[in-house]
Amino acid sequence: MSEDLKILDEVTNSEYKYGFVSNIESDNAPKGLDESTVRFISAKKNEPEWLLEWRLKAFRHWLTLEEPTWANVHYPKIDFQDIIYYSAPKKKPSLNSLDELDPEIKATFDKLGISLIEQQRLAGVAVDAVIDSVSVKTTFRETLGELGIIFCSFSEAVHDHPDLIKRYLGSVVPHTDNFYAALNSAVFSDGSFCYIPKGVRCPMELSTYFRINSAGTGQFERTLIIAEEGSFVSYLEGCTAPMRDENQLHAAIVEIVSHTDATVKYSTVQNWYPGDKNGKGGIYNFVTKRGICMGDRAKISWTQVETGSAITWKYPSVILKGDYSVGEFYSVAVTNNMQQADTGTKMIHLGKKTKSIIISKGISCGKSQNSYRGLVRIAKKAEHARNFSQCDSLLIGDKCGAHTFPYIEVGNKTAKVEHEATTSKVGEDQIFYCNQRGISTEDAVNLIVNGYCKEVFNQLPMEFAVEAQKLLAISLEGSVG
Amino acid sequence: MLRIKNLQASVEGKKILNGLNLEVKPGEVHAIMGPNGSGKSTLASVLAGREEYEVEGGTVQFLGNDLLDMSPEDRARAGVFLAFQYPVEIPGVSNANFLKTAVNEVRKSRNLAPMDSKEFLQIMKEKMKLVEMDKAMTQRSVNEGFSGGEKKRNEIFQMAMLEPTLAILDETDSGLDIDALRIVSNGVNALRDGNRSFIVITHYQRLLDYIVPDFVHVLYKGRIVKSGTKELALELEEKGYDWIKEEVAVGA
Repeated sequence: MSEDLKILDEVTNSEYKYGFVSNIESDNAPKGLDESTVRFISAKKNEPEWLLEWRLKAFRHWLTLEEPTWANVHYPKIDFQDIIYYSAPKKKPSLNSLDELDPEIKATFDKLGISLIEQQRLAGVAVDAVIDSVSVKTTFRETLGELGIIFCSFSEAVHDHPDLIKRYLGSVVPHTDNFYAALNSAVFSDGSFCYIPKGVRCPMELSTYFRINSAGTGQFERTLIIAEEGSFVSYLEGCTAPMRDENQLHAAIVEIVSHTDATVKYSTVQNWYPGDKNGKGGIYNFVTKRGICMGDRAKISWTQVETGSAITWKYPSVILKGDYSVGEFYSVAVTNNMQQADTGTKMIHLGKKTKSIIISKGISCGKSQNSYRGLVRIAKKAEHARNFSQCDSLLIGDKCGAHTFPYIEVGNKTAKVEHEATTSKVGEDQIFYCNQRGISTEDAVNLIVNGYCKEVFNQLPMEFAVEAQKLLAISLEGSVG
Repeated sequence: MLRIKNLQASVEGKKILNGLNLEVKPGEVHAIMGPNGSGKSTLASVLAGREEYEVEGGTVQFLGNDLLDMSPEDRARAGVFLAFQYPVEIPGVSNANFLKTAVNEVRKSRNLAPMDSKEFLQIMKEKMKLVEMDKAMTQRSVNEGFSGGEKKRNEIFQMAMLEPTLAILDETDSGLDIDALRIVSNGVNALRDGNRSFIVITHYQRLLDYIVPDFVHVLYKGRIVKSGTKELALELEEKGYDWIKEEVAVGA
């Protein structure tokens, strides 16, 4: 990926005021994790004292925690001392031209229909053409600036908007939330910050791609989105292109605050390297994503298409605090070969007449294991809260597994909670029917699976939806013998 | 066009077809009748290439090619169409999208460029009239929530879109009321053009009042035991199958 060292240079070249001694010259933190690692990262980013303290508090808490084992995923124990927790983004492009790119990745790019310029950007190729996209970014930033929308890297926000960060950081996902949230809070590298002022409707889909100065976000990303009263934003995370990363462990946090009458739509396409057919390599993706509907009639909608990673552990959730607030979760999770996914959502109803909807489509092929895990909690005071959940599992082949773990806790008698679950196989009858109309078995499976995921794809912004369909086709490749 | 010689096939180890012979020339309509379990639907499935049906002997030539050697999708692309007795539902996939995929697959196999959306919609509109189909039906998921009659009409509509060389209708009349039967038959008749051939599998003579066949064959115990013209169908309607069974018993 193309990177920009400007911020980092500014940060590291200015005088450091907080009395910390370490090897600031080095680009990488030494392997392992102790308090000095946390101090190193904070110093590298020239962070204010309060943030260092915040990180240290999280780190000390993390030391008291045990790695969670309740998820339905299996992997060798992670050695947390064998990880480099900070490495400066590399400025130099890794390749001189696309010809040097791994042919397999190149082929996937082509199948996804990614433009040449975009391919070069993703592959980290240095060419003049990329400058075009930089100017595009600048135009976007100007448009957003006129509306008072802030969209920048997390590090920038720490320096430019400390009050907002201080107020909201950890307000939705506190460092005490879970093992990986604590770890992220201690060592997070960078991420995105987004602020939509009162009454503003963000005129474009905000994509991490258009974030100026986006350095390599690294393995411990942190995103914070704040939508003030009556505002609207649609945020896109990720990219359908295959992402390779030398870091095996990823533990990101996303926090969303939606105030009265505000709506935040958050769409993810996750396509990290899943490992090879035998389960070698691949990213461990342990993410904590949560939003809070602070005010009345606030709305948060999560849509995710998860096709990558060796292990996915992820439960984008909504706390429905305001009365009449709405939480939505639309998910497609595909696992192939040896992939494992344990994903779902939590809908915590606190306010009156709050509403949530959960549509989860799990697709398992190969020898993969795919679990839906979801919690719907209706608090005592959540009068007339409503939830509808639909969890469907689709099996392709007979060596994979689909599991559903729904948890429902209802504390108020006026609540209405519905849960529907189905498990089906891509039928031979369906495939034969398609065959008889001239459609090959592979295309038939794509057609059937896409139809199966339609409700979720419909929630994605148009462009993303088209890409997601293609991505699905690639993820399913070789799933039928 | 189609030449079936001594075809023998079994399903789950049970032999159903026992040396079936049939020749269909371009433009001909052949009706295949016969009592339950005589092998009518098996014949349709074997010709379409359904995997569970095992061919144990015989040959099938289609337009000079060995049909049995082709995959189901290649048979379809070569012009074999099966109107299913029980059309399958594909949730979430619109009829229009499904057909567009199918039409373009067939075109691709013939080295034709994919049809653009405008052209496709135009043709779809024309063909929908053939089976008096509602526009809304093209936007609904393939066969999902369709009534029995709608499903059968949809089969004929697909046939009209795919313009096959050989169409096999597997008990298309089953479960149809008289109005639906008329609509479906009109659709089929509109597609008779002197070149396209049909194999019409049915239990009842009634369908053949609408789709008038050139030949009628009686299938019994996996073999064609009697062939004739449309009058044979009337005779069967009147006398049932017992006299044929007796004839076979005597002959054996």
